[in-house]
Amino acid sequence: MHPAASEVALSLAGLRKVYGNGKEALRGIDLEVAAGDFFALLGPNGAGKSTTIGIVSSLVRKSAGTVKVFGIDIDLNFSLAKAQLGLVPQEINFSQFETVQEILLNQAGYYGIPRRAALARAEKYLTQLSLWDRRGDVSRTLSGGMKRRLMIARALVHEPRLLILDEPTAGVDIEIRRSMWEFLARINREGTTIILTTHYLEEAEQLCRNIAIIDGGQIVEHSSIRELLAKLNQETFVLDVAAPLPAVLPASDFACKRIDDHGLEVTLARGRKLNDVFAELSAAGIEVTSMRNKSNRLEELFLRLVRENVDHE
Amino acid sequence: MSDPREARGLDQRFYLVAFSTLVIKECNRFLRIWLQTVLPPGISMGLYFVIFGHLIGPRIGTMGGFDYMQYIAPGIIMMAVITNAYSNVTSSFFGAKFQRHIEEILVAPMPDELILAGYVTGGVCRGVCVGALVTLVASFFTDLAVHSYLVTFTVVVLTSTLFSLGGFINAIFARKFDDISIVPTFVLTPLTYLGGVFYSIDLLPDFWRHMSLLNPILYMVNAFRFGILGVSDIPLARAFVVIASLVVVLTVWSLYLLKRGVGLRT
Repeated sequence: MHPAASEVALSLAGLRKVYGNGKEALRGIDLEVAAGDFFALLGPNGAGKSTTIGIVSSLVRKSAGTVKVFGIDIDLNFSLAKAQLGLVPQEINFSQFETVQEILLNQAGYYGIPRRAALARAEKYLTQLSLWDRRGDVSRTLSGGMKRRLMIARALVHEPRLLILDEPTAGVDIEIRRSMWEFLARINREGTTIILTTHYLEEAEQLCRNIAIIDGGQIVEHSSIRELLAKLNQETFVLDVAAPLPAVLPASDFACKRIDDHGLEVTLARGRKLNDVFAELSAAGIEVTSMRNKSNRLEELFLRLVRENVDHE
Repeated sequence: MSDPREARGLDQRFYLVAFSTLVIKECNRFLRIWLQTVLPPGISMGLYFVIFGHLIGPRIGTMGGFDYMQYIAPGIIMMAVITNAYSNVTSSFFGAKFQRHIEEILVAPMPDELILAGYVTGGVCRGVCVGALVTLVASFFTDLAVHSYLVTFTVVVLTSTLFSLGGFINAIFARKFDDISIVPTFVLTPLTYLGGVFYSIDLLPDFWRHMSLLNPILYMVNAFRFGILGVSDIPLARAFVVIASLVVVLTVWSLYLLKRGVGLRT
């Protein structure tokens, strides 16, 4: 079922959390995630991402504020609000003594899904996540990547409308990570709203449409990825060249830096064209064989925003 | 994706499925490791029958009008029920906390009452299961003609409920494995041995007899003994009032701790 365009999947208002030791983890978070969105919640370690997710999923008690899941206030209808949610936590948290299938069947049962329907759902999601062949295996025998996929299957077995993933691809190899990205993109297309926290900014850039950056318990940026990337006023590229570069580079309109005999770093201000760079290099007899971004664009912005927030404080 | 609000309201059927899932999971857990959970009490209680009943018992003679073996059998069965109901919930709930899979339940739309009921029912199932096994072992040593099935069954269920609740509270406060062995070792075992399992409190001097009345296990052992043999040191009604009152107190305490999220939610 696809959500209505105007529907809000998650609404946080004035969310605050002060831990028993006096640490203020959240200092008034206001955030809305639209239904159907693929949303990135980013922030450095200790910024408050996991606390926010913990409050939404009821593992952490809030100090103040309201949380609504698809319009259902968790303080007013706790059970119904939680029925809309699926959570993939950061750390492995299933029983090490149960089989893969048992874990899914139990989870389905906790959400009131009768046994027969739960068996069908377990087969569906274990197959989609390439774990069906391992359904009879005790969970502790799975590899790290399989355990991550099992947590996703478990979070989906009750078919939640809002799926929250807290660093789901941490520690998995690139092949599995990419297959997980494809899977998540597919279920998002099918209508599930997804909120993702990750330290892989490439992951957020590839998957998500909207983003919030949290730092020091506050939202420091909340916009679409496209709008955010547009704020980047310069970009640095690394170019590989065919023939060895001269010791001194020809004078250029662009900030060019020689890395080594076959490598060149070019910084381009916003509005300048790459074609101009290539034209200038060609004129100087430098032939470019390949090119890449020096760092992820979102990563550059992320670091800048977090640095600015530290400066303000 | 289906809309859970449309697909299934959180009605009684939902709660029934969630409750039965938790109970089945709890029962599967102790049955899967029956060599550690069900069999050992059968063996150790069998040794009590051999040593205290068969070897020493004939020298003691009768107690309360029964052979010593017959007299101690209900107390030994109750001892197994108490320790197993308690340890089932402590080990399962603390294990779930320790491995963090308790979060599966905390994140799910299960009310606190249902979580408590599920774990306690698991403890009761193990208590009853082990109690039945020890009764079977006892039947090889002595005749156990049940005086009142209703009293016997009610006492077993109430007692195992009470100690499952006790185990639940212990597990909520426990932060390390030591914390779940302290209460059974230093509180439960002494109270059980001093709870009239092996003797009638009428044999004790007045001071110790009155002190014994402060021991809740005395009421359970005697109520169960009444159910099996028809004799008790304590009036049956008083025993039931004490047991039921403690069940109510521990239920309220457990739910308070769950609602406050003590040891579970930060």
